[in-house]
Order: sequence, then C-alpha cells, then structure tokens
Amino acid sequence: MSQARVPAWVTVALLPAINVLLAFLVSALLFIYIDISPIDAAKVMWQGAFGYAEGIGYTLYYTTGFIFTGLAVAVAFHAGLFNIGGEGQAYIGGLGVGLVCLTLGEFAPWYIVFPVAIVVGGVFGAAWAFIPAYLQAKRGSHIVITTIMFNFIAASLMAYLLVEVLKPENTMATESRVFAVGSWLPKMHEFFALFGYEMSASPLNLSFFFALVCCVFVWLFIWHTRWGYEIRSVGSNPSAATYAGIKYVRIVCLTMLVSGMLAGFFALNVLQGELHQIKLNFVEGFGFTGIAVALMGRNHPIGVLLASLLFGFLYQGGAELSFEYGVDRNIVVVLQGLVILFCGALEHMLRPSIENTYLKLFAKTNEEAA
Amino acid sequence: MSQEQAYAIELSHIDKKFGAVHANRDISLQVPKGTIHGIIGENGAGKSTLMSIIYGFYKADKGSMMIDGKPFLPSSSQDAIASGVGMVHQHFMLVETFTVLENVVLGAEDGWKLNESLASAKLKLEELATSYGLEVPVDAIVGELPVGLQQRVEILKALYRGAKILILDEPTGVLTPQEADHLFKILDKLRAQGTTIMIITHKLREVLAVTDNVSVMRQGAMVGHVATKDTSQEHLAEMMVGRKVLLKVDRGQAAPKQSLIEVKDLCYVDSSGVERVKKMSFSVRSGEIVGIAGVSGNGQSELLSLLGGIIKPTSGEIVLNNNTISAANPSDPQLVRAMGVGHIPEDRHKMGLINKFEAQEAYIMGYHQLPMYNKGLLQDKKAINQSCQTNMDKWDVRPADPTLKTANFSGGNQQKLVIAREMEQDPDVLLVGQPTRGVDIGAIEYIHQQVISSRDAGKAVLLVSVELDEIMNLADRIIVLFDGAVVGEVNSDDANEQILGLMMANIMPEHLKKGAKPQGEQS
Repeated sequence: MSQARVPAWVTVALLPAINVLLAFLVSALLFIYIDISPIDAAKVMWQGAFGYAEGIGYTLYYTTGFIFTGLAVAVAFHAGLFNIGGEGQAYIGGLGVGLVCLTLGEFAPWYIVFPVAIVVGGVFGAAWAFIPAYLQAKRGSHIVITTIMFNFIAASLMAYLLVEVLKPENTMATESRVFAVGSWLPKMHEFFALFGYEMSASPLNLSFFFALVCCVFVWLFIWHTRWGYEIRSVGSNPSAATYAGIKYVRIVCLTMLVSGMLAGFFALNVLQGELHQIKLNFVEGFGFTGIAVALMGRNHPIGVLLASLLFGFLYQGGAELSFEYGVDRNIVVVLQGLVILFCGALEHMLRPSIENTYLKLFAKTNEEAA
Repeated sequence: MSQEQAYAIELSHIDKKFGAVHANRDISLQVPKGTIHGIIGENGAGKSTLMSIIYGFYKADKGSMMIDGKPFLPSSSQDAIASGVGMVHQHFMLVETFTVLENVVLGAEDGWKLNESLASAKLKLEELATSYGLEVPVDAIVGELPVGLQQRVEILKALYRGAKILILDEPTGVLTPQEADHLFKILDKLRAQGTTIMIITHKLREVLAVTDNVSVMRQGAMVGHVATKDTSQEHLAEMMVGRKVLLKVDRGQAAPKQSLIEVKDLCYVDSSGVERVKKMSFSVRSGEIVGIAGVSGNGQSELLSLLGGIIKPTSGEIVLNNNTISAANPSDPQLVRAMGVGHIPEDRHKMGLINKFEAQEAYIMGYHQLPMYNKGLLQDKKAINQSCQTNMDKWDVRPADPTLKTANFSGGNQQKLVIAREMEQDPDVLLVGQPTRGVDIGAIEYIHQQVISSRDAGKAVLLVSVELDEIMNLADRIIVLFDGAVVGEVNSDDANEQILGLMMANIMPEHLKKGAKPQGEQS
C-alpha cells in the first residue's frame, strides 16, 4: 500500500521553518520571564547580526565556522555514522594549521601558507577521525563513544602541547606565540579594499570562500561520485551495500577521513583568519554545534549553509543582546538549545499534523489531476 | 449457502482513501457463520487495508460493518477483540524469549498478580488446546519452537481472547506442505465448532483446498464472490489479474552443456558458531535450471551468499565459471560479478535495492564501478539515466521513470528492476533467489519466462525458492535442503508435492534412494 506523499518542500523547507518559529516563540516566553520585550530583543538581535556591516561580518565569520563543522557531521551521517568528534578533530586540525603558520609562515606569504595549511589542517583532522573510524570498522567499537573519547584526548593533548611545547617563555597565557603577520589570512574588508570596495572591519576572512567551495565539494562528492554513492549505500542499507560489493571497512574509513578533514578546516577561519595564534579551547563548542547544524540542514550542503547562517545569527545577535541588556551571555546558548530542541530532537513532533493538513488542503486537487 | 443463514460478519460499502490512493472502493462482503472464507488479490489490491479496517487499525471513510447482525465500529484492535475478532498476522507478534503461556496471556492478564492469572490461563489454554487439536508445549520458550507451532500459539492467542471470527494473513507462507496440511485440519476443526475463518492469501491452490467461498479483490475493489466448488485456479487468477494468465510456463527441454557451478564439500559456520551449510556438493551446468527447495532457513540464504561472494566459506570450494573460491582463496561480490555471475538476491528490500535511492541509482548497484557509468572522477549521470531508461522500457518496469524513488514502485516492478540489472550484464551464471516473492501474478508469468529464456541462452541458473510450485515449474533438477545439508536430488519430472514435502522434512523416499521408478504423478 503506497502512502500518500507530500511534496519535498513541505518537509525540507516548511517543517524546519515552523520548527524554528516555535523555538523563537518559546524563546519569547523566556524573554518575557526575564522582563525583556521579545519584540525589542528580536530587533536588537536582528540589528546586531544583519543591521550594520560590521555585524554582518561577525555573523558570517561565525557562519564560516559552522559550515565546516556542520559539513563534517553531514558527510558522516550519509554513511550512517554519527561523528560526535568534530570538536576534537577541529582542535587537532588547529594544531596542523598552527604548526604550518608558526613554521612556514615565518618566511612565506599567506597565499603560500594557506594552501599548505589547508592540506596539513585537513590531514591532522582526518587523522584524528581515522582512529575511531578504524576501530568502528574493524573492531566494532561504537563510533559515538570513541569520537567522544577522542574529544577529551584532543583537549588534554592540546593543553599539554600548549603548556609544555608551544607556549613562549615568559608568558602565563596558554597560547602559542602570534603567527608572523605575513601568514595571516586577509580579512574580507582588506581583500575587497584591493578592488576599491570599502567595507567595515570584521573578523570575516577569505576562508569564508573556502567554506563555500567545501559546500560545493561535498555536494559533488556525495551525489556525483562513485565514492559518495558507496557512502550513501552503506548509510541507507548496509546489507545491500555488501551485496553490491561495497567494502564496509573502506567506506567507513573514507567517510571519516573526509569528515575529519572538513572539521580540521575549521581552524583556518579561526586561527589563520582571526586569532593568529593557537589558543586553549579555541573551538569553543563549534564542533558540537555542527551536529545541530547538520541535523537542521538535513545533511545537504545548502541546508548546512542556511543552518550555519541561522546559528551565526544567533551567535552574533545573542552577543549584541547580552551587551545591550546586560543579560548573561549564556542566553545565546539557551536560544541555540531551543532551536536544537525543536529542529533536532522534536523534528518529527509536528510532521504528521503538518503533512495531514497539507494533504487535506491539497490532496483533492492532486486526485483530480491524477 | 442458503440466504437465511446468519452472517458472522457483514461489510457494506466500505470505502477508504489514503490521500490520493483509493485503497478500498465500495466493498461489500458477507461471510456466513461457521465457514472458511478466502480473500485473494494481488499485492496492493487492498486486502490488508480491508482486514486492518475490520481489526480496528484503520477507520473506514464510508460504509458500515456488522458482526452477528449487530453494528460494529471498532476504533482500536481492543474493540475488535472484544467483539470476537482475532487476527493471526503473517509475521508473528510473539515475544520469542517468553514461554507459550506468557505469550498467550500477554496483554490479557487479569488482576495484578501474574502468578494467579498464569495459573488460570494454563487451565483455559489446555482446555482450548484439547478441544481444537491445538496441542502446544505450554511452558516451552516460543523462540525454540518450530514455525508451525509458533503459528498455533498465535491462533491460541486469538481463541484465548474469545475470538469467534479468525482472520489469518498469509498463514502458509512459512510452513512446509505437511505443516500447512496440519493447519488446514485445525481450521476444519475450528469451523466445525462454529468459528468463522477468513484467510488472506495469494496461493490459489490453498484457497481451493480449504475454503468454502472466495472473494477476489483487484485494485481496491471487490471483483467477485464465488463458491469454491464452482471455481478453478485459472478462473481465480483471471479474476485477480483481469486477463487470462499462464500459471504454468512451458519450459521445454533443457540442453545442458559444461558445468559452470561446482560446489564441493562446502561448509559454512556463522559468527555464532552455528554450522549453516554442511558439506554441500552439487553442480549446475550451462543451459539448465537447478532448483533449491526447502523450508526457508535451512541454509538456502547462506548458500546464495556464499556463491555471491558475500560470505566466505569455512571449508570446501566453489568453482564459478572456472574460478575457484575457497576458504584460502575467498572472493567478494565485486570479483564474483567480474567472473560473470549475476545475483538476484532473495530479499530485494534487504539486499537487492535501496529504498531511498532513485530507480537509476538502484539500477547501477554492484555495477557502479564500471567505466560505462563513470566519467573521470564523477559519475556519468546521463549514461546511468539512459541505461536505466532503456531497460525500464525493455523490461516493462512501470512507471518507467528512472528518477522515481525505488520505494514507490510496486513489488513486481521493483523485482523487474533488480532482474533487469542482473540479466542485462549478460552473466554466464545466474543466481536467482525467490524471484517472485511478493510479486503479482501478471509479473510472475513474465519473470518465469525470462528465467527460462536465460536458461535457453546457455546460462547456468540456480534457483532458490520456497514456493514449491515455482520450483516444479521452472527447475530441470531439484535439490532439497534440510538443516544446511543436501537431502537429495530429484529430476523435476519425477517430483511431486508429497515427495518434495517429505524431503523437506529430511525424509528421503525409499524408491528414490534406490533409484526405483517414482510412483507419484507429476503435479
């Protein structure tokens, strides 16, 4: 018995939109509770994130980070793997990027350093993801557990390296020395100034373009190559994949290498683009939020891009909000949490009723057409 | 049937739509009390929907129902049970780790003290068991019972809840012919005691054997009611499909040549240490169809997986088209395909297709590495689309739309897609598992013809099926498996249902053992 179907846009666009709206409604109740007018709060957030050039720059800077970690989780999802380790992979990727900037950056300009940092950061992130992948494929250790563990190992390893190896003498802060100025990734406003466009200064840098390239890459890789085909086969029906001669071990490892590589790219934006030194905990939970980004974005690059923009907005708008009203900065985390709750955990809560409503409203016309 | 006789269940003008799908159209049905009533129809004809409406899973959009002349409007299966309707599902709803008694009582415990209700249930159960000939070991763990007995537990569950009307969904799908016969005897007894039984099935022979009346459904509508004694298989098939159907394809004489599949002392022990395939030896020659018969779960699936390179033999060897596969020299599905082997898997949902994929994506499964489907690093989407389109047209896969999701095709069309994929690569060896499982009669005819024509084109065909009719129709030689081992081999001209049935229960008939002339006639 074939079920009646609803068109794709209902599930892909309408449903997430309604879920986000619900999250905002509940956030509104929260604002009322802390004596802030929700409408004013929304205005402040919108103004802060999109209302002026610098704000937009910040929003897109955060968006860039979310794209990398979101894509990383999305790619793994296609093989049915839940990569919780984006946080650790991004952190270790940062080690790779940082080492390149600290060494090569001394005597090479950024346009030489950047490609090398892409390769090394990607390799470092991929390598960190490879170990859990291998353990999953060969030994059956569950990847969720191992990637979580590897986040802790990454944190300890980086803390050790920062304190014992990378920290310059005579400083108390757990951070490496600052990269040579020549190796810094140009900021977007600097880049556009070359062509005569004036933009306000913001941390937004060239890695944003690279993030967009990665979106295209993921789209091509997953839907237009035989490897992506094999990944999706393993993710949708492992026994059919085996029947088709697709090697599970190889695909799990390949998927996680690509996933870890994308997470590793995160450091390009934050380290080479903005901080210019390796700092303790520079990933700041972006790796975990990548899971929510991928969930919301339905593991599709366009969805990930849009979800990243939403989270970038929440991040930047929320920062402005706490500045304006003096509320705790963690209000952003609450907002994020609500969005994740409604779009991720409660994703299917409204689905049946929305689908039924749609069918009731539009099924008649379909039937007449049929 | 006299008109005055009271009806156990009466449906009038039942109508049900799922969105744009009209699952049941204006269905009326009357089932006289104390009779066995068959409901037949192809997949998607609306049988299951109708039964789900009676059982309270769905609510009809229009129409009414009566039980024993009283209006009946179930809003849940509890309501249906309370009104005396019981259902035995095709896939048993049993807790395998519970005992028979616990399973029967589950959900119908009275009071909160389990011990007391178990004790009283045991008495009642034993009473039921003796009066209907439904003996089961009450304290045995259900998972350890053979399927035939598990089914009895399901029937007992329904009777324990006071069922006066019993609905059986494809009850013989998992039974040997002997077990099926036993079930029919039980049904006879139930009928004699006044229980009304409705059987949903696609096996025409069984409908004729056991029912009093038959109702035929097609495309959601009831196309006819007939008394079983006035009809025949051909007639019923015609009603189901809406045109004349060849139930038996004329397969002609086989002309076997060199051997393309050689299996020697093949053993397979699975990961939990159970020996699934025991010292199997046989061969299949070019230009013949060898059928593997047996109750499902007796090593057929493992045999197909071994031949298809999916699992590795523990010992023994397989020679496929002059390539040797053994424990020391294992293979994989890609290599096996490269040896010229096509593999139509037993379960198209589990292995043959990926429901989420578009038809064209499913169409290249296993062959997605071929240069014809790739252009440098990227897939050649155009070539894939064209290849799929061409063969959907050729194999009459409907709708012939390569971008439609696999899940949205009917069973028959999904199967045609799988068969087209495997046969279009022109393999020398064809492994065919359950080619017509869940496939409508019209498509069965077509698929059978294709299997035979590939035999005539000189391919070696190994056919695994649990449908004896199919094996006897198609195979030139039949090998019967029991518990992972070969029981024996018969020429299909010498085979009949009794002989195969005995062999499936691991009894090799004496006259076949000694090479004596068979006494049974061909069915």
